[in-house]
Amino acid sequence: MDWQMMTLVGEDRLGIVSRVTDALYRGGCSLGETSMMRLGGNFTIMMMVSAGDQPLETLIAQVADELQLQVHIDPIRGELHQHRVPNFQVRVVGADRAGIVAGVTGALAESGFNVLELESDVAGSAEQPVYIMTIQGYSEETLERLQSALDGLGGEEIELNISPIETLIG
Amino acid sequence: MAILEILKLPDARLKQVSEPVERFDEKLHAFIDDLEETRRDGPAAVGIAAPQLGHHQRIIIIDCSHTRKPVANHGHLILVNPEITEWDGFELGREGCLSVPDYTGNVIRAERIKLTAQDKFGESREYEMEGYEARALQHEVDHLDGVLFVDRLVSRRTDLFQRKVYQKGGKKKK
Repeated sequence: MDWQMMTLVGEDRLGIVSRVTDALYRGGCSLGETSMMRLGGNFTIMMMVSAGDQPLETLIAQVADELQLQVHIDPIRGELHQHRVPNFQVRVVGADRAGIVAGVTGALAESGFNVLELESDVAGSAEQPVYIMTIQGYSEETLERLQSALDGLGGEEIELNISPIETLIG
Repeated sequence: MAILEILKLPDARLKQVSEPVERFDEKLHAFIDDLEETRRDGPAAVGIAAPQLGHHQRIIIIDCSHTRKPVANHGHLILVNPEITEWDGFELGREGCLSVPDYTGNVIRAERIKLTAQDKFGESREYEMEGYEARALQHEVDHLDGVLFVDRLVSRRTDLFQRKVYQKGGKKKK
């Protein structure tokens, strides 16, 4: 199946997902994997969409215009059923310090750690922001090797830990 | 012994509640052998439940003695008519299932449990389990009640809340 990746960004409001998916359904498209999040109060969604009766741009134009969504569409190479199971999780919680994501992910990349999921949030208050990040990924390295790769990146104000994920298959 | 077919979502038979075992006979033992052989045949499964083979009797097998990192466990267990009698603590962990290929997700389970069960000869047993083994047991007992882990999924973001909450007095799930 030919997939396109459609990204929509705009001000969050009630009913966006419903109106977008309805337009796609009526246009003969199928959905693959999708991910919607509110980031900084914005609505954001990325969706794998298969070709419909008309170009995707045309099918989505009216809804996007009415809801004032920015639309970005790319043809992608990709398939369903490509999930990879993470075997490590990294948590970072602490002061909001510039460079922490680059530092942590850089050290992980050097250790052959493939990031499969990353989410970060700023919590706390405007005066005292708290940065929270979780990363799940896959690495052939041992826990001890990964731990030593991350040593010294945290510091007093940032708690950084890595733990194995033992996925239970039952 | 035979390797039997594992039912896959969305097969409605996975939603069916299983019946208690009443006869501990050769027929039961033959089925348990097939259940074990089927568990061993697939990708490394720590547990399997009879209804996953379309056999709606309250029988499960778990074996947490071969995990990558060793965990507290009771070895290879064949549990007939298992019943969880106490739950304590909550823990988030990632699960997959032979009946749900190509998907894993986060599920909240009790950290520690107590259970009663019978062995394959009908002898009564009692166990206390924790952590990974308790999770495996709860996953398999869910199958006996027609519940899959995908029915209990929580958002990835839930993982941020590691605060522990304790549930008093073992509430019944049924």
